[in-house]
Amino acid sequence: MKEELQKRVIKGPDGVEFEVEPLRDYYCEAPPTVMPGAYIQIVEDLFNWARAESIWILGFGTGCGAIEMRPLMTPRFDAYRYGVQWRPTPRQANLLMISGYLSTKTLKRAIRSYEQMQSPKYVVGLGSCTINGGMYWDSYNTIKRLDDYLPVDLYIAGCMPRPEALLAGFQDMKKLIRAGKGEGANRYAENFDWYKANQKRVIHDWDMPDYSW
Amino acid sequence: MRELYSQLKQLFPLGELTEQRQDLAFVTVPQEHLRSLLLHLRDREGFTHLVLLTAVDWLEDNIFQLTYLLTNREQQRTLGLRVMLPRDAATMQSIHDIWPTAATYQRELREMFGIAFPDSPRVDEEFILEGWIDIPPYRRDFDTLKYAEENYSQRPGRVTHDPAEHMKQKLYPGGT
Ligand code: SF4
Repeated sequence: MKEELQKRVIKGPDGVEFEVEPLRDYYCEAPPTVMPGAYIQIVEDLFNWARAESIWILGFGTGCGAIEMRPLMTPRFDAYRYGVQWRPTPRQANLLMISGYLSTKTLKRAIRSYEQMQSPKYVVGLGSCTINGGMYWDSYNTIKRLDDYLPVDLYIAGCMPRPEALLAGFQDMKKLIRAGKGEGANRYAENFDWYKANQKRVIHDWDMPDYSW
Repeated sequence: MRELYSQLKQLFPLGELTEQRQDLAFVTVPQEHLRSLLLHLRDREGFTHLVLLTAVDWLEDNIFQLTYLLTNREQQRTLGLRVMLPRDAATMQSIHDIWPTAATYQRELREMFGIAFPDSPRVDEEFILEGWIDIPPYRRDFDTLKYAEENYSQRPGRVTHDPAEHMKQKLYPGGT
C-alpha cells in the first residue's frame, strides 16, 4: 500500500501530534445500497423517460475507441442533437463509456470513476476488446470481459465501432432506460461482493478504499 | 562510417561493424568499455543524442542484448552500440550521468526485462506496471497466453478463423 495511505502519526504546525488513517478518515466505508424505485410505477416511468433524455457521458477514454468519440462531439456527427453530451468529471456524468481495451491499471481508475458517479448510472462497453478481449485476448495486461468488473448495460460491437454505431447505441441505451432496464447501479450494489472479488483478483496492488464516492 | 570505425577500433576492442545503411551502423562493445566509448563518441565525435536504449532477449543463447543508439546530428548519422550481458542476474552500469534521459529507459528495462541498473535514479519504482506478480513480461520465457488464462476470466464462445480459409468459405461457399 502506498505510504500516503498508511496509518501514521503526524505532527501538526502547532506541535500537537495526532494519528491519521487516510482510508478511514477520508473515505466512507459504507458499501452502495440499492435505490428503490418511485412509489408508483407511473412516476417511475416518468423518471425513466426523463433519464433517457439526459445522457451525460464521462469523457474518459481507455483504448483506441476514445478516438471515435471526438467526431461525435463535433459537427460532423454531432451527438448533442440527441441530448447526449460529455462531461469532464464523474460527478456530473451518468454514463461511463469504456472505449476499448482496459488495462488493469486503467481498470482501477475506471472503477473509482464509476463509483463516484451518481445513480442512476450506466456503463457501455465499446468494441470487441470489452466484450471478449478482442485482439488483446492473450495480453497479460488487459481484462477480457468487462461485465465481470462493472455492471455493463450495453455493448457496441466493432473494432472500432464507427460513430454511426455509437449513435445507434445511444438510441438503444435510451430504450433500455425508458423500459426501466438501466438498473446497473442497483445490480452493482446487490452483487457488490462479487464485483469486488473479481476486481481484486486482477488488481494485485489494491490500495484504495473498497468503495469510493 | 568505415572511417570512424577504424579510428575507434584503435582505441577500443570492438566487434564487427554491421552497416545497415550509409548513415546507420551497429557495433558490439564489451560491457566494460561501453562507458568510455559513449563518452568518447559524445565528446569527441559529436554523437550527442541518445536516441534510445533498448534490449533484446536472446533466450536460446542466454544473453540480453542492450542497444544504445546514438546520433550525430550534424553529420546525420546513427551508430548503435550493442552490449551483450549474461542473462542470469543481468546487471549493467547506469549511464544516467551521461544522458539523463537514460534513467527513464533504464527504469523501463528494469521493469520489463528485469535488468538491474544500480544507482540509476528511481530505477526500482514501478514504471508502467502496477502490482506485477510474475517474471518481467518482456522476457521471452514469460508465457503471456498462460498468464492471461490464469488471471483473467475469458468469455466462452471465442473462435479463431484462418483468415484465408474463412474468406474463401464466405465468398465461394462450396467452391474451390
Ligand atoms: S476493439 Fe479494436 S479498436 Fe477497440 S480498443 Fe480493441 S483493438 Fe482497439
